Amino acid sequence: MRRLVLAALLAWAPLPGARADQVAVPLGDAEAGAEIFRQCRACHHVGEGAQNRIGPHLNGLFGRPAAGLPDFDYSDSMERAGADGLVWDLEHLHAYIENPRSLVSQTRMVFPGIADATQRSDFLAFLRRYSDDPANIPEAAPTALAVEIVLPPEVLGLEGDAEYGAYLAAECLTCHQADGGNDGIPSITGWPDEDFVVAMHAYRQKLRPHPLMQMMAARLSDEEIAALAAYFGDL
Amino acid sequence: MTLNRRRFLGTSAVAVTLGAPMLKAQATPRVVVVGGGAGGATAARQIAQDSEGAIDVTLIEPSRTYYTCFFSNLYIGGFRDMNSIAHDYATLAAEYGINVVHDWATGVDRDAKVVALAGGASVPYDRLILSPGIDFVEGSVPGWDLSAQTRMPHAYKAGTQTALLKAQVEAMPQGGTFVMVAPPNPYRCPPGPYERVSMVAHVLKATNPTAKIIIADPKPGFSKQALFEEGWQKHYSGMIERIGPDFGGENTSVNAADMSVGIDGEVIRADAVNVIPAQKAGLICAAAGLTDGDWAPVVPATMQSRMDENIHILGDATQQGDMPKSGFSANSQAKVAAMAIRGALTGSRVFPARFSNTCWSLIDTNDGVKVGATYEATEEKIAKVAGFVSDTGEAPELRAATYEESIGWYAGITADMFG
Ligand SMILES: Cc1cc2nc3c(=O)[nH]c(=O)nc-3n(C[C@H](O)[C@H](O)[C@H](O)COP(=O)(O)OP(=O)(O)OC[C@H]3O[C@@H](n4cnc5c(N)ncnc54)[C@H](O)[C@@H]3O)c2cc1C
Repeated sequence: MRRLVLAALLAWAPLPGARADQVAVPLGDAEAGAEIFRQCRACHHVGEGAQNRIGPHLNGLFGRPAAGLPDFDYSDSMERAGADGLVWDLEHLHAYIENPRSLVSQTRMVFPGIADATQRSDFLAFLRRYSDDPANIPEAAPTALAVEIVLPPEVLGLEGDAEYGAYLAAECLTCHQADGGNDGIPSITGWPDEDFVVAMHAYRQKLRPHPLMQMMAARLSDEEIAALAAYFGDL
Repeated sequence: MTLNRRRFLGTSAVAVTLGAPMLKAQATPRVVVVGGGAGGATAARQIAQDSEGAIDVTLIEPSRTYYTCFFSNLYIGGFRDMNSIAHDYATLAAEYGINVVHDWATGVDRDAKVVALAGGASVPYDRLILSPGIDFVEGSVPGWDLSAQTRMPHAYKAGTQTALLKAQVEAMPQGGTFVMVAPPNPYRCPPGPYERVSMVAHVLKATNPTAKIIIADPKPGFSKQALFEEGWQKHYSGMIERIGPDFGGENTSVNAADMSVGIDGEVIRADAVNVIPAQKAGLICAAAGLTDGDWAPVVPATMQSRMDENIHILGDATQQGDMPKSGFSANSQAKVAAMAIRGALTGSRVFPARFSNTCWSLIDTNDGVKVGATYEATEEKIAKVAGFVSDTGEAPELRAATYEESIGWYAGITADMFG
């Protein structure tokens, strides 16, 4: 099953037409997804006032544990999946919609699945509208996919670009103080470049445990880490 | 940076120069920033620092002292004193050469590109930044308006309101009742009301352990709910009751004269009442014709108003997509706007916009939690791409470290805003 989930992950990666000033793309085309949802409406309702029907209502689906609605009578198989810790995030919804029985063997949902990854993405973009908004509940599921940032060639090159580093560093300086002060949050100024680079790669690879720093490092390219090291090294 | 004319003039004499003809007015582009809070102070400082004199920066802010809303709940809980959340603009004026004008902006003539001030002056700009924070939606809590704010404080703009609420909590009779009327979405600082309840409970547990806290809440759920509810159970068992919309929490009215709160028809007499009304963009946004409904829509990649490309809007006032209204978000957006403005006015390099936010909350002594995310610009909105949140059941050491981290963050962001 793990392989199947991975395959699904790769399948929704195409992301055409990303622009330089646009570094994320929507989960899919929600309007197209609304059309796909028509075939589900006999059993599932979503939107204001939606109630359970033959299937559970789909409001607040993202982030909901499997079999998570107290007043719906789920299959034993679904109950078990929930007890095992299955949570409906984007990855697992993709896998389930692709082939419901891959994830929940005896599910009562009589639906063959959607083979086409783009269609699934559109469908899930539509459903995502009816779950928590991160503006109100910051821990709510993402609403977009990150795109590898494509930078002009002069920005690239592993010799750290300190000017680019200065811009990237602005993000670090919300917490880490420019003057090297360290109450509660460590100082990151004046390190040897190499130590800085190694530490950031360790966060990016999730070898160092801090979840906030893992998140920040996750979207830094090799060049960007080099740029930051160059900037903070000279501070 | 050289010691220039502005440093000599300091903050008070600047208003005089505004009326006079501007020297080199053609040569040096002018950025005017309205609001010296999390968004505005950051943007003013970033632009002044990075442009090294190539841009003339004016900051318009009525207050001489800015009290951060962040950590104002910790003041209520007794973890910080009022001085420690107070900041002034002296360094921005003296060391960054920013013209700090203590006045209200009353309107914007977008065709002439001039901001009108209450004191009568008008300030021309090439680019304008608005970061005025929030104002309250009138009538959102029946029975409450600004004239009731001394009896039933909102404490959602920090300073005297916060001090008043703390005093009222401390003056409650033994076994008394504290009621919070929580706001509907969207509002500044999603976990803020619930951190506040934690801090009020912390005070009451020590001094008034039989007191009760009632939250009337129009929202079905709230940020870090599982973490707060776990913490309330652990530290303040039996003290806090939340009445959500299924039990009429969205149908709440107040009467400041007899200190009562009506929740779905049932009237509760209270000893302290914290009313946090529904919110909208700071009034100057609507006055400038930049709002759509309650908020000011912006272009994600630059934070430009969707209605005027010469105006950038930051922070709580904006409608931008997925970022919560927080000081961290406003600070992050300010950096993107500062880069875009410098690029437009001086041709400096522009990089793809990136945003982030983390909100720490304190539940009880050394019991800190956090939620954070990274965001990127799509054409349509600022969109969340990744995030994390503290887990329930974390070890006390980790919670203590998280609290320590929040202290570091506070020192970092306030240095980043005020120099
Ligand atoms: C209780 C509480 C706790 C919070 N905790 C946190 C936290 O832990 N972390 C976090 O990140 N955020 C927190 N916040 C949220 C944070 O305070 C706000 O999101 C942030 O201050 C928004 O920045 P801003 O620049 O939009 O507005 P503000 O910081 O409010 O600044 C607006 C400024 O504009 C000025 N102004 C308004 N109108 C005019 C005008 N017409 N002319 C001139 N000046 C004007 C005001 O005087 C004010 O100084 C908290 C908020 C509250 C209420």
